Order: sequence, then C-alpha cells, then structure tokens
Amino acid sequence: MDRALNYQFDWQLVLSGEYADWLVSGVITTLEISALSLLLAMLLGTIVAVMRMTKFKPLEWVGLAFTEFFRNTPLLVQIYFWYYGSNQVLPEAVNKWLYAHDFEFAAGVIALTVYTAAFIAEEIRSGIYSIPKNQLEASRAGGLSFIQAYRYVILPQAFRIIIPPLISQSLNLIKNSSLVMVIGVMDIFYMARQIESYSFHGFEAFTVATLIYLSISLVVSLCINLYNKHFLRQISY
Amino acid sequence: MRFDPVIKNFDYFLWGAFPEGPLGGLAMTILLAAVSIFLAFWVGLVFGLMRNSKNRIVRYVAMVYIEVVRGTPLLLLIFWFYFLAPVIVGYSVPELQTTVVALVVFTGAYIAEIVRAGILALPKGQMEAARGSGLSHIQAMRFVILPQSLRNMIPSFVNQFVSLTKDTSLASTIGVLELTRCAEQVSNRTLTAPMEIYLTILVMYFLICYVLTSYSRKLEKQLSRYQARDR
Repeated sequence: MDRALNYQFDWQLVLSGEYADWLVSGVITTLEISALSLLLAMLLGTIVAVMRMTKFKPLEWVGLAFTEFFRNTPLLVQIYFWYYGSNQVLPEAVNKWLYAHDFEFAAGVIALTVYTAAFIAEEIRSGIYSIPKNQLEASRAGGLSFIQAYRYVILPQAFRIIIPPLISQSLNLIKNSSLVMVIGVMDIFYMARQIESYSFHGFEAFTVATLIYLSISLVVSLCINLYNKHFLRQISY
Repeated sequence: MRFDPVIKNFDYFLWGAFPEGPLGGLAMTILLAAVSIFLAFWVGLVFGLMRNSKNRIVRYVAMVYIEVVRGTPLLLLIFWFYFLAPVIVGYSVPELQTTVVALVVFTGAYIAEIVRAGILALPKGQMEAARGSGLSHIQAMRFVILPQSLRNMIPSFVNQFVSLTKDTSLASTIGVLELTRCAEQVSNRTLTAPMEIYLTILVMYFLICYVLTSYSRKLEKQLSRYQARDR
C-alpha cells in the first residue's frame, strides 16, 4: 500500500525517449492491423451478404452459418483458435508462408477479419432490405433490368444507410484489435504493458494508451454525427 | 482430429474442479455474466436517466461516463481496474471481483445508451398525458414511462447479455478461471490438441449466445405489437 501511495508520476519517462518510440510503433501496428483487417472484412462481408441474399439455398445457409457462428462467439477464443489451430485448418502452403513471415500478425488479421466480416455482412444485408420493396418493383416496371435496378436505384440509397453502421463497425474493429496482444502482436496495449513491466510506470503508459483509443473513437463518432446531419436527411421512403 | 483430450476434460470445461475445488468453466462464465448484467442494469438505468436529465451538470457527468467507457477497449478497462483497485481500496482485490467491477462499468455505459434511446423512443404524449393527469415527474417516470419503455428494451438487454457473455472471455487474461481460461489450461497441459479444444469451447459459447439471440429476436417481434406510437 505504501508503494502505491508514494507513486511518483513521471510523464516525461513515457512521453520521450525509448518508451515513446515503443508507443508510437504500437500505434502504427494498431492502425496497420485495423486497416488491413477492415479492408479484408469489407470484402468478405460483402461476399457473405451477397451469398445470404441469393435465392440459392446452400449458399444462403453457408452465409447464415458464417454470420451466426462468428457473431455469437468471443473474439478472444477465435484469436486463439486461428493462432493455435491454423496449421490444421488452413492449407499447408499458406501456413508455411505465414510462419516465414509475421505469423502473430497474420493470425490476428485473420481473426479480426472473420469476426468483423460477420457483423459487416449483417449491416449490408439489413441496409439493402431496409429499402422498401416497391422501389425495386417500380424500377423493374419502369423498364430497368434487375442489375440496373440495383445499380441505379437500390444500392445508391442503401449505401447511405449502411455507411454509418459500417463506420461504427470499424471503430469496434480498432477497439477489438487490442485483443491481438494476447498472441504477441505488439500493438498500443502490448507496448503499454511492456512499459509497465520494464519501468513500473504502468499508470502513465495506460493513460497514454487510453487517451489514444479515446481520441480515435471521438473522432470517428464525430464523423458519424456529421455524416448523419448531411446525408441521412435526403433518404426518401 | 484428436478429441480425446476434450472428452477427458469435458467436465472441467463445464464446471471446473467444482465439488473438490473452485467453480470454473462454463458455470463460472454464466455466473460472471449473470451477476454483471444484474448490476450493470441498475448502473445503466441510473446513468440513462441522468443522460436525459434537464440539469446540465448531471447530464454532462452521464455523458462523459458513457463516452469514455464506450471509447475504451474492454481489455484496457479490465487492466485499469486490475492495477487501480489495490491502490483505491488499499489491499489486493481478487481477480474475480475486479472483473465483475470492470464488466459492470463497461456494460453499464452501453445499457445507459439503451435506456436513454428507449425513453426517447416513447411518444412525447405519454409524458404529457401523465403530467397532465396530475402525476409528478418522478411518478410519471415510475408508473407510466419506465414500465412501457423498459419492456420495449428487453430485446436490447438480451443482446447486451449476449455481448457480455462473450466479453467474460477477457477475464481469462487476468487469470479468472472461466471457460476460456480452463481451455487454455487444458491446452497447455495436453499440448496435443489446441485446435480441437478451442473449437469445442467456441461451440459451447455459440450454443448459449445463439439461443439467447434467437430468443431476443422472437421477443422483439412479439413486443412490437404492443408498442405505443405517435398517431
């Protein structure tokens, strides 16, 4: 207790020199892993959403199983699963390549991608379904082909609805990326813990890490609010 | 696929070393989630009402709490409490209590948002009519607004409970013996079948969460029929 009460704050220690470099490299890793996973998750999420909307039953079921399974299980366990189990799940050539490169980072990307894609697929699907059906019927009756109707009528409107939840999903992704430190990816949080164990100045390190996450999410929620103010008014029902 | 380590340790996954040793595994996961959601409900209710308050200071306090917690990853929050708790109370706090506090603070912020949105979603006329017929503001909240809006929020609460159940897995990082930690232990002890072990507990989590999610969807459909609307 005495040690705790006599705690000397030393912000200079964390904000300059080697420890500051660690934190900066942690921020870069967090942004890298988030950006890469977001890109892949958008792709995979779109594919899964399309699968769920086709009229072909087996594809629909695979899409449904994918979204339900990965949305209803903890990300942490999924990370362990990909990290420890990928050699039995993925093809051998892929694994060899992964082991030769940064395997922790890759396992983290796979887990974050799959988890986020399941949520993104649901957002995309519900966004498209929220456009009233008569819009499609009207444009079909007006002489557009099915693809044209989607291209010019449904999707432009759906995108405006989908974008805010997609932004908040990316924010969730950035926050979730803190979990990859359990398998040794050196993100912000990993670096904060490393500073803690090197210097016993955990408070400063954790404060800096928290402030970084907070500022990221404040900026993002500001963007959502601005977006909503400018664009959501124009949607017609 | 070698599932024999899983089969041999299945009771350990379900309730840890319970009759002889401490409770763990899935039972601990459910217990953690249930206790935390119960406490988080009250925290969330208070802050949700504060968020709608006319007093600016009260409103800002609630807003800062909600925004700060929602902007911070849960893992960071758990570690904050893990390090802070001994400093605040002066003696070391068991991991289990630390986790419950962290989960309650975290989930409370999300529930506060649900409560706020739920109250705002009710037609304004309800409050006006209640006040007009002579109830005080508190009485109107207590007897007219909350009974209706809380009922409409039940599906959101169930969804939050599902998130919370998934979030309890983070407690394993500070050593609480819940399902994920038990799996880690078994995996480290046997070393032969990590993939099968993690797959098994993924399925265990999935079964619980999926049943609850389906239940909340069903509730949502049923409740939407009885909602008060603006006309």
